[in-house]
Amino acid sequence: MEFQDLTIKSASELLAQKEISAKELAQLSQDRIRAVDNQIHAFLYIAEQESKALAKQADDLIDQGENFVLTGVPYAVKDNILVKGLQATAGSKILENYKATYNATVINKLNQHLPVLMGKTNLDEFGMGASTENSAFGPTKNPHDQSRVPGGSSGGSAAAVAAGEVLFALGTDTGGSVRQPAAFCGVVGLKPTYGRASRYGLIALGSSLDQPGVLAKTVEDAALVFQVIAGADKMDSTTLPKMVADYSSFLKEDLKGLKIGVPKEYLIDGMDPEVREVINNTINKAQELGAVVSETSLPHSEYSLACYYIILPVEISANLSRYDGVRYGLSAVGNSLEEVYYNSRSTGFGAEPKRRIIIGTYASSSGYYDAYYKKARSAQELIRKDFIDAFQKFDLLLTPTTPTPAFKFGEKSDPLSMYLADIFTVGLNIAGVPGLSIPAGVSGEGLPIGAQLIAPHFMEEKLFWAGHALEKALNLKLKPL
Amino acid sequence: MSISLDEVNRIAKLARINFSDEEKQKFPSELSAILDYVGQLKKLEDQTLPTVEDPDAVNRMRTDVAEGQADPEIFLNQAPNRQGKFIKVKSVLE
Repeated sequence: MEFQDLTIKSASELLAQKEISAKELAQLSQDRIRAVDNQIHAFLYIAEQESKALAKQADDLIDQGENFVLTGVPYAVKDNILVKGLQATAGSKILENYKATYNATVINKLNQHLPVLMGKTNLDEFGMGASTENSAFGPTKNPHDQSRVPGGSSGGSAAAVAAGEVLFALGTDTGGSVRQPAAFCGVVGLKPTYGRASRYGLIALGSSLDQPGVLAKTVEDAALVFQVIAGADKMDSTTLPKMVADYSSFLKEDLKGLKIGVPKEYLIDGMDPEVREVINNTINKAQELGAVVSETSLPHSEYSLACYYIILPVEISANLSRYDGVRYGLSAVGNSLEEVYYNSRSTGFGAEPKRRIIIGTYASSSGYYDAYYKKARSAQELIRKDFIDAFQKFDLLLTPTTPTPAFKFGEKSDPLSMYLADIFTVGLNIAGVPGLSIPAGVSGEGLPIGAQLIAPHFMEEKLFWAGHALEKALNLKLKPL
Repeated sequence: MSISLDEVNRIAKLARINFSDEEKQKFPSELSAILDYVGQLKKLEDQTLPTVEDPDAVNRMRTDVAEGQADPEIFLNQAPNRQGKFIKVKSVLE
């Protein structure tokens, strides 16, 4: 079996049966990265030495018979998640030379199971974008068609998994940054409930919206990783002490007893016909598997993106004020302290962070707060209530993940058209509910199309249940790279 | 609603950012388009925010005691300019 065909599940069995060692598996991952990453540029840093050391530890654990399902499994981490001693650029010039001083909680949790970190992956600057074109270090290319974007902002993580460089990757999702690239690259992408997984050690974008997420080849693999990173953390007081379910036990092959709603606002006239066809087919499959599927409504959906592009920039303008050229990161010369601030920020930030800082500063400034931020908070409550009301009647909602398959580089050159790429994903972050994107079909041009499942707060197990059953029934064979 | 270059410059000053010539050209129209789009929320009535319904969503307190033993050198070494135990900056007062 080729390395790029392995899943966490299959690799883990090979490791447990000693048919392969963690060291050999890491070498295969490394070889695959060396063979294909010059074409797709998923990685900003390849952790050659670090991965060897981790693989050694993993092999020791396996020899002692103390291994877990993730032990020895090669993975990658988005470069806005802190791994002590390694770079964490967040895709920005302003953090080009920064080295993380501590581990994110999700990394500490993974380290207890000893998967093998292969490197740090590319992203739009600070997570601001839907294509990786906003990375200060050049874009990642879609493994299915290199003239197209991989989606973003976790485009490097999605491409690395799709191209078979690693078996899973961590990303972050503020408005769709895990699910949208997962859909574009034909992999599984999970955004947990806000408060389910710790944000400690994630480079903050929108603190009331950010969640770490998982990119994997199968729903089962995503459940295995999420099992390890989910749960409350005293270092993030927005995590809630809810019981974490045994997610693997929910992986069933039918959908009997599930009621699935399809919000009509997500299937509109004029939408991409291929996306519509794939969603219709997914609905049919869900019914064949025993689910009761019917139309529902999230009446305030039309306000999601506007609400998001007020709340998020306001939080960005506050979160990015810390980059001042004084304590860490890029520091430009200046004749006064104020000039150091101006010069460091002006040369360190790319155009998109600047745009959003300006929008956020404007929308929260005296005289404009009521017209923008206060309205956005009102919209947020209405959107949140839409979801809660829908879940009185349904176990899950089903929507397309994106309005179109992966677009071409340069195709969305004005900022607003790029923002619209997240139109189906931002509502979940606004409401705090969890979502899972699964590959659901292929366009005529051979591009993956994703379906998004949405569950009530803290009920990720329902995502895994339906996602796994649909994945088996759809039985897609994607051929990246 | 459109935003003028003067207004953009005023806001940029609050955020301590300068623009390149290219950004000066593009930003007023780009930002105006974004503000027009988000301005659609103005037609919504203000809502009274409901109280949090999740019983687990309560403020959690802990005693203010330092935990762990981070080496200050790790943090100081990230600073572009340092002198001994201090981070060195340009003078704050003229």
